[in-house]
Amino acid sequence: MSSKQNISLFNRRILLQAAIESLVKLNPTLLIKNPVIFIVAVGSALTSITVITDLVDGRFSIFNFQICIWLWITVLFANFSEAIAEGRGKAQAESLRKNRTQTKARKISGQQEIEVLAGELKKGDIVICEAGDVIPSDGEVIDGIASVDESAITGESAPVIRESGGDRSAVTGGTKVISDRMIVRITSEPGNTFIDRMIALVEGAKRQKTPNEIALSILLSGLSIIFLLAVVTLPAFFGYSLKASGKSLSENLTLTVLISLLVCLIPTTIGGLLSAIGISGMDRLLQHNVIATSGRAIEAAGDVDVLLLDKTGTITLGNRMATDFIPGDDVTPEELADASQLSSLSDETPEGRSIVILAKERFNIRGRDMQTLQASFIPFTAQSRMSGLDFRTPDGALHQIRKGSSEAIRSFVQNNNGFYPQKIQDIVSDLAHQGATPLVVAEGNKVLGVILLKDIVKGGIRQRFSELRKMGIRTVMITGDNALTAAAIAAEAGVDDFMAEARPEDKLRRIRDEQARGHLVGMIGDGTNDAPALAQADVGIAMNSGTQAAREAGNMVDLDSNPTKLIEVVEVGKQLLMTRGALTTFSIANDVAKYFAIIPAIALSLYSGKSGVGPLSALNVMNLGSPQSAILSAVIFNAIIIILLVPLALKGVRYKPVSANNALMRNLMIFGLGGLVAPFIGIKLIDILINL
Amino acid sequence: MTTGDILQVILFFVVIIAITPFLGNFMSRVFTGKRHIMMPALGWLEKLTYRFSGVNPEEESNWKEYAIGLLMFNLIGFVFVFLIQLFQAQLPMNPAVLPNVSWHSAFNTAVSFMTNTNWQGYAGETTLSFAVQMVGLTVQNFVSAATGMAVLLALIRGISRKTTDKLGNFWTDITRSILYVLIPLSIVLAILLVGQGVVQNFKGHETIGTLQGTQQIIPMGPAASQIAIKQLGSNGGGFFNANSAHPFENPTPFSNFLELLSILIIPAALTFTYGKLVGSTRQGWIIFSTMMILLIAGLSISLYSEYSGNPVFGHLPLMEGKETRFGITNSVLWSTVTTAVSSGSVNAMHASLSPLAGMVAMINIMLGEVVFGGVGAGLYGMVIFIILTVFIAGLMVGRTPEYLGKKIEAFEVKMAILSVLAPSFVILIFTAWASVSQAGLSGLNNSGPHGFSEMLYAYASAAGNNGSAFAGLNANTVFYNLTLGFGMLIGRFGVIIPVLAIAGNMAGKNITPGSSGTFRTDNWLFIGLLIAVILIVGGLTFFPALSFGPIIEHLLMKSGITF
Repeated sequence: MSSKQNISLFNRRILLQAAIESLVKLNPTLLIKNPVIFIVAVGSALTSITVITDLVDGRFSIFNFQICIWLWITVLFANFSEAIAEGRGKAQAESLRKNRTQTKARKISGQQEIEVLAGELKKGDIVICEAGDVIPSDGEVIDGIASVDESAITGESAPVIRESGGDRSAVTGGTKVISDRMIVRITSEPGNTFIDRMIALVEGAKRQKTPNEIALSILLSGLSIIFLLAVVTLPAFFGYSLKASGKSLSENLTLTVLISLLVCLIPTTIGGLLSAIGISGMDRLLQHNVIATSGRAIEAAGDVDVLLLDKTGTITLGNRMATDFIPGDDVTPEELADASQLSSLSDETPEGRSIVILAKERFNIRGRDMQTLQASFIPFTAQSRMSGLDFRTPDGALHQIRKGSSEAIRSFVQNNNGFYPQKIQDIVSDLAHQGATPLVVAEGNKVLGVILLKDIVKGGIRQRFSELRKMGIRTVMITGDNALTAAAIAAEAGVDDFMAEARPEDKLRRIRDEQARGHLVGMIGDGTNDAPALAQADVGIAMNSGTQAAREAGNMVDLDSNPTKLIEVVEVGKQLLMTRGALTTFSIANDVAKYFAIIPAIALSLYSGKSGVGPLSALNVMNLGSPQSAILSAVIFNAIIIILLVPLALKGVRYKPVSANNALMRNLMIFGLGGLVAPFIGIKLIDILINL
Repeated sequence: MTTGDILQVILFFVVIIAITPFLGNFMSRVFTGKRHIMMPALGWLEKLTYRFSGVNPEEESNWKEYAIGLLMFNLIGFVFVFLIQLFQAQLPMNPAVLPNVSWHSAFNTAVSFMTNTNWQGYAGETTLSFAVQMVGLTVQNFVSAATGMAVLLALIRGISRKTTDKLGNFWTDITRSILYVLIPLSIVLAILLVGQGVVQNFKGHETIGTLQGTQQIIPMGPAASQIAIKQLGSNGGGFFNANSAHPFENPTPFSNFLELLSILIIPAALTFTYGKLVGSTRQGWIIFSTMMILLIAGLSISLYSEYSGNPVFGHLPLMEGKETRFGITNSVLWSTVTTAVSSGSVNAMHASLSPLAGMVAMINIMLGEVVFGGVGAGLYGMVIFIILTVFIAGLMVGRTPEYLGKKIEAFEVKMAILSVLAPSFVILIFTAWASVSQAGLSGLNNSGPHGFSEMLYAYASAAGNNGSAFAGLNANTVFYNLTLGFGMLIGRFGVIIPVLAIAGNMAGKNITPGSSGTFRTDNWLFIGLLIAVILIVGGLTFFPALSFGPIIEHLLMKSGITF
């Protein structure tokens, strides 16, 4: 992950922009999208009217004025939290988009090439990109091969190869061609590229609410209505009680007090922070260099409980590596290593290179000059299924060194009238059972021994899988290997299940089966043949290096093309949902303290007789200074808590891979219990300050 | 409290806990059509009922059809009870020659018995003929309880089935619950009560000469049979005005114990049935424990409050309005159980409870009658709170909230909130209306906070379909009969319809298999959470209202002022 995209939480430019934006968001048509905050805004407007009519009548209540100011501040704080999340998201997106805005494109129109602005390109247009050009929009290479610098979007400086056909044909707008020339067909409509879509997702106005966000909004609106009922009926109850205690009805509750109570009771904390949480989820995903095409996909990532992972690249390093030399009878390990090294010197495959490296590490066998040896390299072919080297020693003797599969070497040795020992046969079958790939080495008619090639499981991946298991996520390894090899690697990596000899259509079927049993499946893929499975999966992450078909089918794109990214995506999804739940719980738990602040304040005088202090003062457990300071403190606390929790909403609650029960316990202690206790302390402190 | 009191309370709860799995298991067999012990005796009657009424027991319906069947069935019951009251003077079985009932009282009573509320704005023995009591009210006692069970069964099927829209057959659900559960238990209880001296005859009023030489009129009637179902079906509508404080309804300590027990057994056992039918008896016991904790907490506060007495009278426990024959413990145990269970039958006058005990009774109702609650109704109300709890807290484990494998999404949340809103609306808005209108205030029997409590209690009782009252209120007026009547309707169907909608929506979903990433709903942590959500979401709304009623009254009483 590149550090350039970690935008500081308190970037001054973003803060300033957000402050301005929070005023713009006072527009009622924007406010109404957030019902809870809309209620606060209506309350603020009503108290403002009260303050103004007071002034017109020549009265002035400092209490009403203060409440009015703090109610507006509550609305502004909520707007600010959304604006700052948007600002951060946009800043991230802008840094991706920067290069592209004024790019010129070389569009092919009929037979001629014309220059147009990148923004005018339509889906299906054909453009030419040569070394030095910036690719104008998302597209697919239809002809040619070129190396491309994608550091603008991935932060990775090493250029990557993009070519027509195959699984590396997709190019992204804003990246730069380093060498060669290719012809690209544009695959996005203007304003609908991945980056455009992502920018839309972080902009509150265009943002679609996700399913869970909708459900939560309904809950919050419902609770607000219930509390609205409790507040609008209060004057009737209070009026009855005033009469019963022999007081005048003119002492009944003022509008300002009622609005204060309502604003304190409705869940403003979560209501104000809800969209900031959603946007910052998108934003955190982007910090992992993953672009989601919908907010829904991020939520689904939190729900995923089965992950399909390709073995190669995700679980193993990608290539088999030599890990041991096992000599036959009458052969020393050095001799075997020496022969193996010779046979692999010209072998440019990763396996070949790993043999050379292992020989150097173990026995310090260095490279040799092929010219002086007059060696000729025998490359691997599908027919011979072995590779090696023919050379003559100064005495003129011909040495034929071969390495290859057990069967190939057996026939090679036997053709040379040699003998294939039983011991070698045993070693080979033994290693195959362990899931490794044995390569047999022979010279002339003599079998020297076996090179052990193994899939190297990535460091730390086992730990990762056990964390996933704790979170209740099952991992399934997909591999083209045979069942034996697959089982051995599965056991070593600690995955829960594997699919051996899997074809693309098997993946699709597996996903459907899991879904029919009620699971949500996540997978990552790149090739065209992955597209159906990516589309079927609940969370399908396409690698940016993959085909356009794969990128269209998935609901996220991983710019780094790193298959382990799936795990991080799941974590971001879970963190997003946890943050929402934690702040909802906090918000609801807050109400207890607010009741204890406001009810005794408004009902102080009931049945008070001459003393003026009625029995309900017993509920003033916080011992707040005066009825007015109590109400004001509750309103101020309610406003301030929103701004205090903005960093939490943006960063998300601390996430640890633990079981649901442990996660719940932890979050309940902090946000449930904390939500119950914090306002008692906060309101008391504010009250002390006010009464200083 | 004496040791005897304590032992009796413990005995009561032990018997409830012991009966729960047996009755619960039996009901789960009844409702799933499996073989059970009543089948040989009554199975033919079930089949005959279906043939006679043209019901195909195999045919299942979706939630809308189920809801329409239920509403039509209830509507017919209402119209029938309404009409026979209006014309009871012209109808037979009226030995006391009682006149026709006023239209508004008839409306209120018909709604009241249809909705399983059994609020009685009238005095039973001096208002309604035997025909109305037996053919009208007693029948409604059975079918309203069966309606509650049917809704619960539909909800259970919605939770336990997957990818279907079928919620079962309303007609078989009510037939089975009446035939195999309510009738057999009522017969057993009625016989036991007659054995204890509860009256069961068709005589009008007996006029006898007392020892003082005066004449006394003693009302008679078929009481035992109605009392049995009034207790078992969480109905609560007494045969006599004094309900189970009347010696003919509740003559002995044993009859008192039996009646008390029978309020609670079906709602308690249904939690086990629920667990059994959703595939985890543990889930059932979790709900049972949640309800039991809330019940015992309420009982403890009430007992503490009653036994600490009133400083005005030198801290002696107050006997006024209590069931003097059985003592304070039995009065308080009954008042707590009857309000928790949405029964509303009483053996003491709730207006005479100490302010805090009266508040516990009110809170039990205001929480939505989910502390065991009405037959079926309490449990489906509890499931609503479970859904809300799962939704609020479930997010904290980082997954879309789910309950028993069903995802809780926007639709479920919307319906759950609606069903919490409906009763809250009735309690708050109608009480506010009564407290500012002449029509409302003129019914009050007490002044100050106690008078306020009378109104608040009445609307809570209506909305919660409880039926008990702070007896001071004179509610047999056009204003109260109508507002309480509509309150009962909103409180009943404003919950039933959203619950059925939730059931229908859930049935269509797939079931996500559990894993260590699943939010667990079967441990103590969940019980704690559920209680917190019930108290905060269900209870906090009423905190201001309660402050002006029982809380202030309690505080005033401590400083020596009573009302």
